[in-house]
Amino acid sequence: MRISPEEIVETLLMVTQQNLDIRTITLGLSIAQCADTDVNRCADKVYEHVTSAARDLVSIAEDIQSEYGIPIINRRIAVTPVAQLGSVVQTPDLTPIALALDRAAKEVGVDFIGGFSALVQKGIGAGDRRLIDSIPHALAVTERVCSSVNVASTRAGINMDAVLRMAEVVCETSQTTADQDSFGCGKLVLFCNMVEDNPFMAGAVHGVGEGDAVINVGISGPGVVRAVVASLDPGADLTEVAEAIKATAFKITRAGELIAREAARRLGVSMGIVDLSLAPTPAEGDSVAEIIEAMGVKRCGGPGTTTALALLNDAVKKGGAMGTSSIGGLSGAFIPVSEDAGMIRAVQAGALTLEKLEAMTAVCSVGLDMIAIPGDTPAETIAAIVSDVCAIGMINHKTTAARLIPVAGKVVGDMVEYGGLFGSAPIMEVNAWAGTGLVRRGGRVPAPLGSLRN
Amino acid sequence: MQTPAILSVLGEDRVGIVASISRVLAENGANIEDIRQTIIGGIFSMTMLVTVNEDHTPFDQLQTNLTAAGTEMNVQVTLQREDVFRYMHRI
Repeated sequence: MRISPEEIVETLLMVTQQNLDIRTITLGLSIAQCADTDVNRCADKVYEHVTSAARDLVSIAEDIQSEYGIPIINRRIAVTPVAQLGSVVQTPDLTPIALALDRAAKEVGVDFIGGFSALVQKGIGAGDRRLIDSIPHALAVTERVCSSVNVASTRAGINMDAVLRMAEVVCETSQTTADQDSFGCGKLVLFCNMVEDNPFMAGAVHGVGEGDAVINVGISGPGVVRAVVASLDPGADLTEVAEAIKATAFKITRAGELIAREAARRLGVSMGIVDLSLAPTPAEGDSVAEIIEAMGVKRCGGPGTTTALALLNDAVKKGGAMGTSSIGGLSGAFIPVSEDAGMIRAVQAGALTLEKLEAMTAVCSVGLDMIAIPGDTPAETIAAIVSDVCAIGMINHKTTAARLIPVAGKVVGDMVEYGGLFGSAPIMEVNAWAGTGLVRRGGRVPAPLGSLRN
Repeated sequence: MQTPAILSVLGEDRVGIVASISRVLAENGANIEDIRQTIIGGIFSMTMLVTVNEDHTPFDQLQTNLTAAGTEMNVQVTLQREDVFRYMHRI
């Protein structure tokens, strides 16, 4: 059947007026073969391998963008969790590897490279310890390196020792990057149930179950979904709203599937997954909060928000599932505060609080994301917030994450400007009645009964 | 290599759009398979299904030539591979 002019114009308007884009093409690369007892030799091998494998990533993405007329916003790289290399290296500081990744990212022209990471949900190994201890300095002396640490899982429970240590690392990173409004913490995510094929930063890693190289694609399109919801008759019932979102998600996902296949083919690597996440940007209208408001919630964060978000998240998955057989990554609406103009407005209006964002985490991915909090927030409080987010993920068999930024020298009501896709963040109030004693107990929250599924 | 593509022109209607675009296509070895014109939401819209002969003119070069012709007539000309529409609008 021929494509109709209406369908052609619809696609063009999606791109030109509603911010339809492919948010990221992420090349996953195994760097396991770069292991070496000498950290500098290891770093050299990492640099050589990444620059050689990703040499054509940016030019291929640009060609595809031009030929298909769909913008590809970011080109990124994810590597094997560096803690694995850290277990072979004989020195405590892994910063040279982070610097090598940073140089490689600059050389091939990608804006972020993820994988300065460790998985410590059950225990912290020697390599993990080296990596974690290196994070505050590594994120201060690099620009493009992203770090993530998995501190909990449904199968292992919550490693509270790791949660508390990582909360300290967040505070240290806040200090080491104080001159950039603690932006280092914006490049550091703590996960429960981390996935191995996430194309989105800052949490992208190339999992140990992956092949040597793979292309993963993250789709976007909150602006398109918002426009569709806003164009519905005000009397449309919720089934009709879900149906409209589903149909739109299908189209967005198909674009992602096509781009993923084509990029993988041209790079000569296998196609991994399409991540069906609605990722907002600070651009006006490209907002998950505004979709919720278009559905009929007065301001994002008000009563009804969790319901609207649940409907949205589910409808996106249903439409997307028809669009690709390779769903993966996080695949859930993102609710990052600083990157979403509607979320920022909601915080400033007093409609959206940390507690409501935590509740929203239960029905979407990925939790408390890009949230600026006062610089003097104690590590124990951060640990308790992180453990709450992990508890939701652990019990509900889903990925949850926290990317909290205690901004040095800032207090509630201040704003910080990160620019570009990271937007600006209002400093949010933190509940003063934290479970300090709880997190200091340490040990592990045992895996829940629901994990015993064999 | 023969590449199916969709060419779309959006903007204000005026004399010579079809002639000008067709001339660029012919000069670059691209064949018009189908052509439709309509007004959508007050915008003049012309869409063409064309086959680009990439051995004659590479895809990106044809895009550049068409964009130049569009700029002269103050209309937006877009050339995209056809599969993106097929993927997005057909199961």
